Amino acid sequence: MPTNSPPQVPAAPEEDTAERRDAADRRDPDARRDAGQKVTGTARYAAEHTPPGCLHAVPVPATVARGEVTAVHADELLRRPGVQAVLSHTNAPRLGEAEDPTLALLQTARVPHRGWYVALVVADTLENARAAADDLRIEYATEEHDPGPPAGHPGLYAPEEANGGHPGLRERGDFDAAFATSAVRVDATYTMTAQHNHPMEPHAATAWWEDDALTVYDSSQGATKVRDVLAQLFQMPRHRVTVVSAYVGGGFGSKGTPRPQAVLASMAALHLGRPVKLALPRRELAAVVGHRAPTVQRVRIGADSDGVISALAHEVVTQTSTVKEFVEQAAVPARTMYTSPHSRTSHHVVALDVPTPSWMRAPGEASGMYALEAAMDELAVATGVDPVELRLRNEPDTEPDSGRPFSSRGLPECLRQGARLFGWEGRDPRPGVRRAGDRLTGTGVAASTYPYLLSPSSASAHAAPDGTHLVRLAATDIGTGARTVLARIAAEALDVPPASVRVELGSSALPRAPLAGGSSGTSSWGWAVHKACTALAGMVRAHSGPLPPEGLTARADTAEEAGRESPYARHAFGAQFAEVDVDTVTGEVRVRRLLGVFATGRVLSRRTARSQFIGGMTMGLGMALTESSTLDPAFGDFAERDLASYHVPVCADVPALEAHWIDEEDPHLNAMGSKGIGEIGIVGTAAAIANAVHHAVGVRLRDLPLTPDRLLPHLRA
Amino acid sequence: MKPFGYLRADRTDQALAAYAAHPGAQYVAGGTNLVDLMKLGVATPPFLVDISRLPLDGVDETADGGLRIGATVRNSDLAAHPLVRTRYTALSQALLAGASAQLRNAATTGGNLLQRTRCPYFQDTSKPCNKRAPGTGCPAREGVHRDLAVLGHSARCVATHPSDMAVALAALDAQVHLLGLDGERTVPLTEFHRLPGDTPEHDTVVRPGELVTAVTLPPPAGAHSAYRKARDRASYAFALVSVAAALTVEEGAVRHAALAFGGVAHAPWRARAAEEVLRGEPATEETYARAVDAELAAADPLRDNAFKVPLARGLAVRVLTDLAFRP
Repeated sequence: MPTNSPPQVPAAPEEDTAERRDAADRRDPDARRDAGQKVTGTARYAAEHTPPGCLHAVPVPATVARGEVTAVHADELLRRPGVQAVLSHTNAPRLGEAEDPTLALLQTARVPHRGWYVALVVADTLENARAAADDLRIEYATEEHDPGPPAGHPGLYAPEEANGGHPGLRERGDFDAAFATSAVRVDATYTMTAQHNHPMEPHAATAWWEDDALTVYDSSQGATKVRDVLAQLFQMPRHRVTVVSAYVGGGFGSKGTPRPQAVLASMAALHLGRPVKLALPRRELAAVVGHRAPTVQRVRIGADSDGVISALAHEVVTQTSTVKEFVEQAAVPARTMYTSPHSRTSHHVVALDVPTPSWMRAPGEASGMYALEAAMDELAVATGVDPVELRLRNEPDTEPDSGRPFSSRGLPECLRQGARLFGWEGRDPRPGVRRAGDRLTGTGVAASTYPYLLSPSSASAHAAPDGTHLVRLAATDIGTGARTVLARIAAEALDVPPASVRVELGSSALPRAPLAGGSSGTSSWGWAVHKACTALAGMVRAHSGPLPPEGLTARADTAEEAGRESPYARHAFGAQFAEVDVDTVTGEVRVRRLLGVFATGRVLSRRTARSQFIGGMTMGLGMALTESSTLDPAFGDFAERDLASYHVPVCADVPALEAHWIDEEDPHLNAMGSKGIGEIGIVGTAAAIANAVHHAVGVRLRDLPLTPDRLLPHLRA
Repeated sequence: MKPFGYLRADRTDQALAAYAAHPGAQYVAGGTNLVDLMKLGVATPPFLVDISRLPLDGVDETADGGLRIGATVRNSDLAAHPLVRTRYTALSQALLAGASAQLRNAATTGGNLLQRTRCPYFQDTSKPCNKRAPGTGCPAREGVHRDLAVLGHSARCVATHPSDMAVALAALDAQVHLLGLDGERTVPLTEFHRLPGDTPEHDTVVRPGELVTAVTLPPPAGAHSAYRKARDRASYAFALVSVAAALTVEEGAVRHAALAFGGVAHAPWRARAAEEVLRGEPATEETYARAVDAELAAADPLRDNAFKVPLARGLAVRVLTDLAFRP
């Protein structure tokens, strides 16, 4: 329930008590520290802060796919009781140059795609704001729009870089010649529709200005990043902006970059001189917070009759908007996975009059490993080599693209252990032969990978005379358990019970820290926490007598460590196994079992790690089977925009789900020896399921998601 | 949200009078669809008459051995009712196949019948839709329509009725009881929902101000009944196609058959042509297929929903076959 609070709170509130932590730690040191607040509703999210005098804003999306706003009839609304302002490009505060053009909101009359925000209505109540926003008349000069599709589009071009700074094109050897002379060739094209992040908590912000300082409660994956961007947009020094993201109900990448709500709320608060809050409606998210772009992926593999690969091409066609270039880096994992002396990995993209894609859990890997791992399954069928064995035969000595040695590569062990746990041995490879009544059953396997990423972070650690410790940094817990695992890292470095450690995070007023993204949060933040706590432990040891009343404080920054170029190729790996039933009458595919084994360095917290793995696997299940999105060409927007029509898996879809991991010692990572675990669970799941569908029905279906309409033409009851 | 008036009625005459006094009023009970539509701006009633407290929440056996279901009986209560579970299996199964547990706890019998299509264009006020804004056009015909109608649609509208419950009721020969200021009347469930024709803005034959008070079921005609639904995910998804059937087989021949489809038309689709073929014929898969083909000969699929025709065929044949094998 929203409560009033004075508009001054710069840091995140931390309501957990020592007693509660003790009880939790005795039960299970991995138990979420914020579980109590979350289940009782006392954890307050961005829209649940209501400073005195707070107004409500509702954005107005464009209803044309391309054109210009020619008139905003605000006057008729401003006469209504309660309506405080109608902002549009005609009167909104001017922003500084936006590094991310999706944040250049209400600055020009241009409409780059349907759903782009063209106005913001602010009123005393949410109801008044919503009613006025519904009634706001906007006139447009409409232009012809180009909704794609990207395949075969004349506007396709080869971008210099794909997302993540990866080169758009990489070539080694002579792919064409090697492929042409290979004994066994696979040439297949895979597609998937767009997918949408849809975190449980929609994007929301509450903002106010006081003495030329801006404070924003924002639902984001990184308060520091949002702070920096707002400072740039409103052309003010960073220290005058505070962003608090204390509790965040998921992001899946869609809150990894600052999003419109923070900018719009800040603009409206500036314009009116009063606090303003804003939550983006669920149905508008698909247009304004990014999505995984649809891809068309052609994979060609040339191998000898034993399945050893000599030529590998992974060519990706995708789309972006005219607002900015975002290229889903789906061909990138093929640069790491398998031995391939002759290789071509490329991306082509076309800018269309459609919403702007962005990061969604494992951008590049999730999409690319679907195609690559499905093609590997096709190679297994073509050569008659068992799919697990085929992958083992193509283990590279060094990273194929870079030639660097791997810091660790747990893929073979994940495959072997997964095969053992799943009961893979003795699998009958023949497709389409396991029938019981109307049901065909099949099993499939796929590998997964995700790069080890690291960003510089800072942290402070404090020892108080009463024996308690306080760790502070601007990390974000988006539901992953960051509070819990950082306390463990601190306790280990300090050699104290975890219950004596309090972790304060979620505010840009705390020591600078990177965002929760790229599966790099725990490693990046954890290293800074470890370093600060190690220094503090040294200070405490060196100190004689009781601690001074103000305690002792150590600060650490990992800029140097994180900036060091590693001589190693560093990636997490995994193996996913799936068993599916296909109903030959209805075309429904239901997953019976999913089992993943992951090699992610040292796992720091068993319970929160398992949550990440099975959550990712569930999201991969949705990618394989249920999450379908249609770009409506006539209107230029996505048709499935709510949780009734965009089908994320429900509990009934999620079968026996097992996540395991191997103990991996990797000395080339960080002080904890950890790799990221937030994204690898989604990678490979869709391929394992699609491969199992092939094994079940005997037909290779390459277009995701595998909904009944796509299965039915190939089935006989 | 637009401001609206609100009255909670305690008696049916009070509800009818309140409706009459407020032009454009709508009745609300569970609100699981209407409130969403109000948030979307699709429904903008100036006045709501809350009928959830009317004494219409009983499930009672009738003198002839049938069942009378009050209009405000919750979907979850109806699905769990012992008489429904034992005598009208298809109805219980259909209810449990619908929505989510939370929605079923709120949604009522009358509201379920009166829910609106989930066609994406109907729900988006920034786009044309003949059902929502008559005369503006139907973008679904050429647009996003995988989930929409293959039977009985018109140039004006290709929407489907989303209910599961109504499909079972159609097969079970339900009657809908309506009360208006002019008195009571009864409409067979199969005539309650209309086909779109030239006036898709009218989903049903309910006249302004009329209140659904009850649904009655005759004693079960078939020995067994069943409901099956094909969907994109295992729960909380509307039917791609669903089938409700009741069947009695005697000495190897079909004595009674009732068959209805969901997810294929603007109304629950009672398959009379199929039933005609089935009657008296040998209870074999070949008969069922022939019967269903007779029904689906009228199908006129759109570009992206042709899969619904073989899906309906396969699902109906399977449901009838399974019913015939029940002891």
